Amino acid sequence: MTKKRSPWLIIAALAVYFFLYAPIVVLVVFAFNSSRTNVVFEGVVNREPCGPFYWFCALAGNRELMSAAQNTLTIALTSTFFSTIIGTMAALALQRYSFPGKTFSEALLYIPIVIPEIVMGIGILVLFSTLFRFINTTFSLPPDARLTMGLGTVIISHIVFSVPFVTLVVRARLHGFDKSVEEAAQDLYADEWRTFWRVTLPLIAPGVLAGALLAFTLSLDDFVITFFTTGPGATTLPIYVYGLLRRITTPELNALSTIWIALVLVALLIAQRLERRAG
Amino acid sequence: MPEYAVELRDVSKRFPGPSGEIVNAVKNVSLQIRDGEFFSLLGPSGCGKTTSLRMIAGFELPTEGEVYIHGRPMGQTPPYRRPVNTVFQNYALFPHMTIGENVAFGLEMKGVPKAEREKRVKEALEMVRLPGFEKRRPRQMSGGQQQRVALARALINHPEVLLLDEPLGALDLKLRKEMQLELKRLQREVGITFIYVTHDQEEALTMSDRIAVMSGGRVLQVGPAHEIYEKPNCKFVADFIGETNLLEGKVIHQHGRQVEVLLAGGLTAHAESDQSLVSGQQVFVAIRPEKMALRPYDGAHNVYVGRVEEVVYIGTDTHYTVRLAGGQRVRVREQNDDPFSRPLANSGDEVRVYFDQTPARVLTE
Ligand SMILES: Nc1ncnc2c1ncn2[C@@H]1O[C@H](COP(=O)(O)OP(=O)(O)OP(=O)(O)O)[C@@H](O)[C@H]1O
Ligand SMILES: [Mg+2]
Repeated sequence: MTKKRSPWLIIAALAVYFFLYAPIVVLVVFAFNSSRTNVVFEGVVNREPCGPFYWFCALAGNRELMSAAQNTLTIALTSTFFSTIIGTMAALALQRYSFPGKTFSEALLYIPIVIPEIVMGIGILVLFSTLFRFINTTFSLPPDARLTMGLGTVIISHIVFSVPFVTLVVRARLHGFDKSVEEAAQDLYADEWRTFWRVTLPLIAPGVLAGALLAFTLSLDDFVITFFTTGPGATTLPIYVYGLLRRITTPELNALSTIWIALVLVALLIAQRLERRAG
Repeated sequence: MPEYAVELRDVSKRFPGPSGEIVNAVKNVSLQIRDGEFFSLLGPSGCGKTTSLRMIAGFELPTEGEVYIHGRPMGQTPPYRRPVNTVFQNYALFPHMTIGENVAFGLEMKGVPKAEREKRVKEALEMVRLPGFEKRRPRQMSGGQQQRVALARALINHPEVLLLDEPLGALDLKLRKEMQLELKRLQREVGITFIYVTHDQEEALTMSDRIAVMSGGRVLQVGPAHEIYEKPNCKFVADFIGETNLLEGKVIHQHGRQVEVLLAGGLTAHAESDQSLVSGQQVFVAIRPEKMALRPYDGAHNVYVGRVEEVVYIGTDTHYTVRLAGGQRVRVREQNDDPFSRPLANSGDEVRVYFDQTPARVLTE
């Protein structure tokens, strides 16, 4: 016997899906709009070059946007690389060793996940500006050698907020990890280093990859923290788009967002796939 | 000075416990294990068998004392530099490698060239009767097969000593018996010293050249199976290995090995001891059920009147539970060797039971 479902539940579910996905659908549809304004859909664009993909091609010609895209990728790749290493090492250490203050330091590690992003953004900004001012004045650096906000500070802040997520995901993978296989490797003449590369890492790789992809997507679309820590010449896509919004939105922007959504979606799907296989 | 395959000298291991207390896992253990021997560490759960084995393998370092392998003190030597290999209770095969890669791992780490590795993997898998399984994955194998792979993976390195921690613990009874024979065969074939941890006394008795019985982190007795069984040196060993009747009493007097003991209810028993005891000392007389009998002959030493409480027929033997005049309950095991296997007594009968002095041991706690 199947239980009769309440119609209200179905309506609520549909509403949730509608509000979640309608904007995305509209956004993607408008990427093919033939009008330059984003107000009404006036049919599919069909202009040279690229036909219906006119706006996608127009993107390539936008130098400012291309440089923002390049910055975003540089930041995402670099911060993912480092946060994955640091986060994995933290997860391994928390799994393996017990030390005084372990619970406390673990709690401390996860705080960036729950703390409002804007608080973290301001915190990091204050830290960097004080630090930089201190260094710049004590060493009386000439203007062109002074430390300023830029790509470096954005990358560091992205590493900071990604590490806890990586650690969390890798820890989940390590849960129930049978350490006797590591002992078996050592018993078979593999030192700590080779044990890690030949046994530990391959076994936790799905978790590490899932963590890396999560860090990557978090970095790709971060706005708040980036906004506080960026500087001249380090504009990222979210910041750039935000700047555009205040003037005018064109289908170019929709085309950009469409590519972006596709990218994040693919990354998330892979991450989920890996995590499921891990479980 | 003879050189042993493995020697433990006054080894102790203390762990920090979960709530700050100290766990004495191994207390002042000294052991000498001879070359080519099948040596078992036997004892109940938590007695320190695994910890002792892990100190030989190098996964734990002794808090005190020293482990020697073929005369070389191990000190802080890490596991990957010790000439021993381990077979883990849960096999600990590498799940992401094939069986061939698993077995070849030790040789690969030692830098043995690929061609030779392949040849030796083939031989090792043949030795454990798994020829041609190189390409399989561990999860595609049964428990017994994984066990054999674990053995091959260890033995392929020709270790000086093979350490086995309850390797058959996860197998069902039939497979267990098979693997016991298999292990014995392998050990004879390769001639490597085996140190075998088990809490199964029957397994230890059937397989080992010598056994160390452990309890509470200490080694109580070391010896070949028959010695441990026939001449236990303390109450714990007598009780742990096989079945035994323990009669509590006080020493009346000792004359060399012979001891007279006063049991409850005014009974006296004549038994033997290797220790020197004092009069009035609290002791136990240990006597195996099969060393007791009904229907004493004339002039038998330890004869007691009792009443049969229970008769259990188990085919080859019949077990009689008899309550003695002093209130002690004993089990007597009689072989059913007469053609009709008639019971010697029935439940409720008054009987006389006896045992000889020689197999009866006077033991202390
Ligand atoms: N790493 C550890 N930390 C704290 N206590 C430990 C540790 N390892 C073992 N112990 C303790 O030491 C004692 C001996 O443990 P051990 O594993 O050697 O016993 P065992 O004889 O192998 O038992 P079993 O038959 O159950 O495997 C136990 O009380 C155990 O709780
Ligand atoms: Mg154990």
